[in-house]
Amino acid sequence: MRRNRSRTLAWTVASILIGALILSSAWLGPARAADPIKIGFGMALTGGLAGNGQGALLAMQIWRDDVNKAGGLLGRPVELVYYDDQTNPATVPGIYTKLLDVDKVDLVVSGYGTNLIAPAMPIVIERKLVFMGLFGLGNNLKLKYPRYFQIAPNGPDPAGSFSEGFFELAAKQNPKPKTLALVGADAEFPQNALVGAREHAKHHGFQVVYDKTYPPNTVDYSPIVRAIKSVNPDIVFVASYPPDSTGMILAAQEVGLEPKMFGGGMVGLHFTSLLTKLGPKLNGIVDYGFWVPEPTMKFPGVDEFLKKYQPAAVKAQVDPLGFYLPPWAYAMMQVLGAAIEGTKGLDQQKLADYIHAHEFSTVVGKVKFGPDGEWAQHQTVTIQFQNIKGSDAEQFRQPGKQVVIWPDKFKSGNLIYPYSAARK
Amino acid sequence: MFSLDLLLNAIVAGVLLGGFYAAVSLGISVTFGLLDVVNIAHPVFVILGAYTAFVLNNAYGLDPLLASLLFVPLFFVIGIGVYQVYYLSFEKKGESSLRGLVFFFGLLFIVEVALLLKFGVDYRLVEAPYIGRSFQIGEVGIAYRLLVPFLVGILMTAAIALFLSRTFYGRAAMGVAQDALALRLMGVDPVRIKTIVFGLGIATASVAGALLIIISPVEPSIGRAYIGRVFAITVLGGLGSIGGTLAAAVILGVAESLTSTFSGPSWSLAVSFGILLLVLAVRPAGLFGR
Repeated sequence: MRRNRSRTLAWTVASILIGALILSSAWLGPARAADPIKIGFGMALTGGLAGNGQGALLAMQIWRDDVNKAGGLLGRPVELVYYDDQTNPATVPGIYTKLLDVDKVDLVVSGYGTNLIAPAMPIVIERKLVFMGLFGLGNNLKLKYPRYFQIAPNGPDPAGSFSEGFFELAAKQNPKPKTLALVGADAEFPQNALVGAREHAKHHGFQVVYDKTYPPNTVDYSPIVRAIKSVNPDIVFVASYPPDSTGMILAAQEVGLEPKMFGGGMVGLHFTSLLTKLGPKLNGIVDYGFWVPEPTMKFPGVDEFLKKYQPAAVKAQVDPLGFYLPPWAYAMMQVLGAAIEGTKGLDQQKLADYIHAHEFSTVVGKVKFGPDGEWAQHQTVTIQFQNIKGSDAEQFRQPGKQVVIWPDKFKSGNLIYPYSAARK
Repeated sequence: MFSLDLLLNAIVAGVLLGGFYAAVSLGISVTFGLLDVVNIAHPVFVILGAYTAFVLNNAYGLDPLLASLLFVPLFFVIGIGVYQVYYLSFEKKGESSLRGLVFFFGLLFIVEVALLLKFGVDYRLVEAPYIGRSFQIGEVGIAYRLLVPFLVGILMTAAIALFLSRTFYGRAAMGVAQDALALRLMGVDPVRIKTIVFGLGIATASVAGALLIIISPVEPSIGRAYIGRVFAITVLGGLGSIGGTLAAAVILGVAESLTSTFSGPSWSLAVSFGILLLVLAVRPAGLFGR
């Protein structure tokens, strides 16, 4: 009798425990499904690259809101966890360690730019994470990390993609220009762009008559421009960051440097603040471009994205047009989101395999990655500033101001040659 | 590549650049050179000056230089306030060296972040009819964008030099630099003198900022790039020597320009700082230091 009672008691306790377990797992189930998918990153919100970094963050927040409005990923909301890297590479390892160890993020993406991607690479490689890169130039060239993917459309030859169109167009002119001046800042991007430019120059048989670099904090560019003018080059290729792009353009105008083609790899000319202040001084300059509001580059979704971005950017006091980086930051997150949905999980290996194997439809067009994580084919275009009048920002929303002149696939107008003809 | 007209143009461009450097360095020359206050935050006040010029230029189309003149009294008052805080918190307690340096470093970041929050991080540029234009004198081309800062830099130097040599406050400031105790025995309050002269040093930043944004675009953190240059100019010219500051600024400007024209522009800063080291090896007090 006593044994029966003990047995009954044991069964009762066991039943309660099992019931509690079932109930608790039933209780925990929906809670886990509602846990957000955390995506972590550092971003340049202050410092030299903050102008672009803040625009990129805004684009990523718009993507998060779009995704969450549509029900999230795998039925879970998306949460962005980010810190200001101050445009300082030294802060990056600490940020990513904290994201992974303290914030326990599920996935990481990069901050903006080559210098801020590089210091995160050892951490993501050590932890075998998928790493989406935002505008890195050749970060994976030597590392060959198979889970790295980079959204800028540089293609398999990142250094050369910026100048390919510039030199192809120059070589097609009749009579073909012969002499070339190369000049750029002593900094990561300009140095890489100059390496690519030298290769193209050699390939097309241009004679290099000036090839020098300058410190990024140069104040007066007129001695450099005057030295270039003294060797009378037919074309001038400049690889520069925003302050020096402005300095070179103003100095060229003051000194009267008018080669047959001028520009190439000038960062910053696509920012609204410089577009409006330089205004007609930009006419005739040939530059690289990633996305411009020309009819040939109206990819599905890009207009809708910009309609959300532009009013938000005015409020946040970041680049109000947002043509340069924001669509790419949005596209980077679109790729990651599609991979999560496609693999139905967060397994890093499966995500990497999926991204390698598939083509993605994004607001910057169809994206397919090559083995090193760069675009399988580059989509960097060459543009020429044309018909800019005054300093009204509205004109830059219309086509015909940043005309795509190369490649044929995206061409929306013709190169006005020589440079002086476009300035009339 | 060498030619006489290139040489002349390089020298003229260097002299013009030197005038601008002098305008930016004057405030340091007064606050650090004369008053012995390591005002490492001076460049950020220059950037603040650039933004005030930008605001009025952008909103009302006012000439950046004129806009900066309107703000000179405000900068003077800000300077007085900053010095009072510095004096009461550090100098009075005899903790002016390292802690004072940290104070100005902190101030630099606070002003920088305030600019960041107010104006965002975009590069800002002003519009003025003389930007992007130039004229020729024989073979020499002169850009108005550099001529205006040069002329204003010369005027500012002359005005500060006159103030220091001809006014009571100026002469008292020179006295503070030499012997504050002796000045006190003469019945003059050195703290009052230093407050006014420090205010004057910060007031120059308003105009220097306008000159900077006339030459190139600015963003809130760009002032840091000038810290090394302005202190180098002040030390090269000799601490407390206003004429020396102008001379040093022109020497560095011409050295930069000649190097950029005839050698690799990459070497321009190295050559400038090489000159500084050479001069200090021969004359440790700087060119015009006593």
